[in-house]
Amino acid sequence: MSAITHDTHGHHDAHDHHDHHEETFISKYIFSQDHKMIGKQFLITAVFMGLVAMLLSLLFRIQLAWPGESSDFLSLFLGETWAPGGILKENMYLGLVTIHGTIMVFFLLTGGLSGTFSNLLIPLQIGARDMASGFLNMVSYWLFAGSSVIMLVSLFIETGPAMAGWTIYPPLSALPQAIEGSGLGMTLWLLSMTLFIAGSLIGSLNYIVTVLNLRTTGMSMTRMPLTIWAFFVTAILGVLSFPVLLSAAVLLMMDRLAGTSFYLSDIIVGGEMLENHGGSPLLYQHLFWFLGHPEVYIVLLPALGLSSEIISTNSRKPIFGYRAMIGSILAIGFLSFIVWGHHMFVTGMNPFLGSVFVFTTLLIAIPSAVKVFNYLTTLWKGSIVFTPGMLFAVGLVSTFITGGVTGIILADSALDIAVHDTYFVVAHFHIVMGMSAVFGMFAGVYHWFPKMYGRMMNTRLGYAHFWVTLVGAYGVFFPMHFVGLAGAPRRYYDYSVYNEFDTNTYEMMLDLNVIITVFAIIAALGQMIFLFNFFYSIFRGPVAVQNPWKSNTLEWTTPVEHVHGNWPGALPVVHRWPYDYSKPGAEEDYILQTVPLAEGEEEH
Amino acid sequence: MSFKLITIVVIVLGVLAVSQLVRLYELSSKLRGRREEDITNRDNKLNANLMLTFMILFYAGFIYLMTEYGWTGRGEAASIHGANTDWLLNLNFIIIIAVFFLTNTLLFGFAWKYVRKPGVKAYFYPHDNKLELIWTVVPAIVLAVIIILGLKTWNGITGESTKEAIRIELFSKQFDWTARYSGEDNVLGKYDYKLTTAENELALLTEATLDSAIRYMEFGKSDSTVLGIKLLENKLNNPKNMFIPEDREKMETDLDRKTRLLRLLYQMKSRHNAKLDASAYDDILQKDTLHLLIGKEYEISFRAKDVIHSAYFPHFRAQINTVPGQVTRMKLTPTISTKEMREKKDNPKFNYVLMCNKICGSAHYKMKMIVVVDTPEQYATWMKSKTTFKDDYLKPAAIVSDSTAVVPAADSTKLAVK
Repeated sequence: MSAITHDTHGHHDAHDHHDHHEETFISKYIFSQDHKMIGKQFLITAVFMGLVAMLLSLLFRIQLAWPGESSDFLSLFLGETWAPGGILKENMYLGLVTIHGTIMVFFLLTGGLSGTFSNLLIPLQIGARDMASGFLNMVSYWLFAGSSVIMLVSLFIETGPAMAGWTIYPPLSALPQAIEGSGLGMTLWLLSMTLFIAGSLIGSLNYIVTVLNLRTTGMSMTRMPLTIWAFFVTAILGVLSFPVLLSAAVLLMMDRLAGTSFYLSDIIVGGEMLENHGGSPLLYQHLFWFLGHPEVYIVLLPALGLSSEIISTNSRKPIFGYRAMIGSILAIGFLSFIVWGHHMFVTGMNPFLGSVFVFTTLLIAIPSAVKVFNYLTTLWKGSIVFTPGMLFAVGLVSTFITGGVTGIILADSALDIAVHDTYFVVAHFHIVMGMSAVFGMFAGVYHWFPKMYGRMMNTRLGYAHFWVTLVGAYGVFFPMHFVGLAGAPRRYYDYSVYNEFDTNTYEMMLDLNVIITVFAIIAALGQMIFLFNFFYSIFRGPVAVQNPWKSNTLEWTTPVEHVHGNWPGALPVVHRWPYDYSKPGAEEDYILQTVPLAEGEEEH
Repeated sequence: MSFKLITIVVIVLGVLAVSQLVRLYELSSKLRGRREEDITNRDNKLNANLMLTFMILFYAGFIYLMTEYGWTGRGEAASIHGANTDWLLNLNFIIIIAVFFLTNTLLFGFAWKYVRKPGVKAYFYPHDNKLELIWTVVPAIVLAVIIILGLKTWNGITGESTKEAIRIELFSKQFDWTARYSGEDNVLGKYDYKLTTAENELALLTEATLDSAIRYMEFGKSDSTVLGIKLLENKLNNPKNMFIPEDREKMETDLDRKTRLLRLLYQMKSRHNAKLDASAYDDILQKDTLHLLIGKEYEISFRAKDVIHSAYFPHFRAQINTVPGQVTRMKLTPTISTKEMREKKDNPKFNYVLMCNKICGSAHYKMKMIVVVDTPEQYATWMKSKTTFKDDYLKPAAIVSDSTAVVPAADSTKLAVK
């Protein structure tokens, strides 16, 4: 295999010299086929989408904390159509919730994490000139960009965006008579997601092929950094699960447009008796969650991979249990395919099937626990350097624990009954998936910013950003557990209904909702620090050195100035695993992967 | 408008101010020869201390929330299996809270303790099979306990109810609930969604409801808000009528659909066994409030008319989705009467509730039904006030000799009958 790769590289080299000076603005910044540029395109698009989703969440958080009160902020963004007199409309509340969830899960966390860092790091860390197919990589980004635009457009149409929740369960999502947003808004949602899935699929195939075929000499699978392992397994999950979501979406399209009855049966809506008979809404849920659950790990694994690398580098210690870490990534990846039913314990699914899913779901806790303990042991007796990236990585471990343990409650079907679809669930997945993944993403951005832009981000602003975000985000999501334990259903426009049967609980929910919203505003303002730091540093940040964090992996052997093909000369040759930090007998506390083993040195 | 202006001005000034500060900071770093990637010991120590401070505040916040809000929202579980799951939930909480404190303490503790100190090198410790084994096996054992206890409880909750259980049905639609009691025979009458008319909202199946559904399909509503097949045919066939093409197409689609549905209704009629009517006729319909008898086992089945809803009884710790085209079920035995619960919660206005817990449309958040758990005497008194479906439906006013007697609004019919 190495012979083949060498050939390819030779070709690339030659190509390079011809091309280098001819690059136009369009081929360099817009229709770029360079993985580094595509990674940056993904990042900036995702950050923008994330900002939009965050703004949407602020809008509905204001409604939840001060229900029915006129707000200038709401009327500023939603105008008279959706917030007459500054009071949010019920329909738009659901629309905001739906689009917030969709954007956060797919566009920020999937596109922003896997899209950005797989593109940036896979070739750099395995020693490849570029992705296996630069062209497909470019197509993947532009499908993502197109789907983002369609999703945003759907916010501005007359009947409003999709309003059936980010899981878009039919029949609600199939019947425009049931809710306005299931008209054109839902069509756009489905269209957007179709493009997104196509883009994600092409991207994932590319990542898999690149990791399998383009590793440089000496880079065996067991010498790959954990980041690459995480991206690799993530890509496999994506390839296997996203097509199932597409099939769910296509069937839904058919029900909506062609009069089929995949998900519809015996329905009377808006005074109209529909003929559809024999379909099952549960079918959709099975299909959806067959993607939906692996999706959680598509989001989470890259974050865990990034943090493994960052924690090891900044503890100046090898990651503890490298092989166990790989094993747990693989175990999590495998198990994630056989647990989807835990989203459906109370849907009317056969209870016996439910018990099978309880068993498989709780098994995931084992590899997850292994990962947490390995992180902890990596920190133990380390020599920790708190770069902003490291702070976020440590934050990630905390949120992974805090959000993970409540998963045990939700995975237990008997206990899930009481808290299913309450704020307890909202708290759980925002901490374990939302916060963890976002922290992983921030950690990655701070850590690899020098590689992306050749400049450094401001460290102190990074500190401020981290602490505000950690306090703010925990402040938002921690109290939600208690709102949920009190029984508050999610996706409620307000809780005034409690006034009719339990005024005390109503008071409590209102109290907590105000606290949550205040923290949400603080956390949102905190992100402005990041945005400023990010864009300011792209243009004005101090120029980076080649290996600012004294890290071992291959990307830090490339020049600061980007070149097409990554390494100006021959490709680096790998002689060791990536975690030789503070190895006894070595002079420095890090040894690059390209350094040959010294005489008598054991590999690890 | 002034608000918008001020917001924009503040944002612009803020960005300018920060960028100037950053310039200043960078210039001073440059002067001192400090690089961004060189984290000073002072900064490092500061962050380490903040880690520890954060941990303490985090725990304090948690304990405060737990004491202040812990379980107050829902109070004691008011059903047999609710008490079981609460016990299990508490056990699980003890386990996960212990894990939460242990691992977070280790995390923030290590982060604080092992911050870089001049002259101290990190300990090269790549792996240890024994440790790995311990933290694979210990969680596995704990999880095994959790799984076994959980499944035992789950099987208990979802198992069959006894034969004596009272059968009731909860019918959900945007945005309310209707209860149907099975009456004296404890058998719920059959139904078919195609039989839905204003007087027969739950689409119960009897000879009479079949006939009226057929009539409704043929003749529509008397006020012509809904056209029957005959009228549609007349309109479409009348050469004097001119329609814009869209309208005509709409009417034709409507006519086709109704014709097909009518054929199905006639098929149903030809197969109908009138002996089964009795089980539907003695059913009792109830809106707004669901009355349950304390200590009695209930077998509840659920139906949805339009979209998925979820029947959520927070105080009984019971929940199941209602799915169009499918029947879902649960069993439930309330153990604390409303009166007792009011005393326990020290709130004379407290009530049990059934809420919708699956997004179902714009007024989702208002879709609820008050639940009252009665003592036997209260229950008997309430039951006496109720009339059966037969009484309601076959009362002279409601019997429809032709389509002209069909009253459009559902609620007004019911009131009129009462």
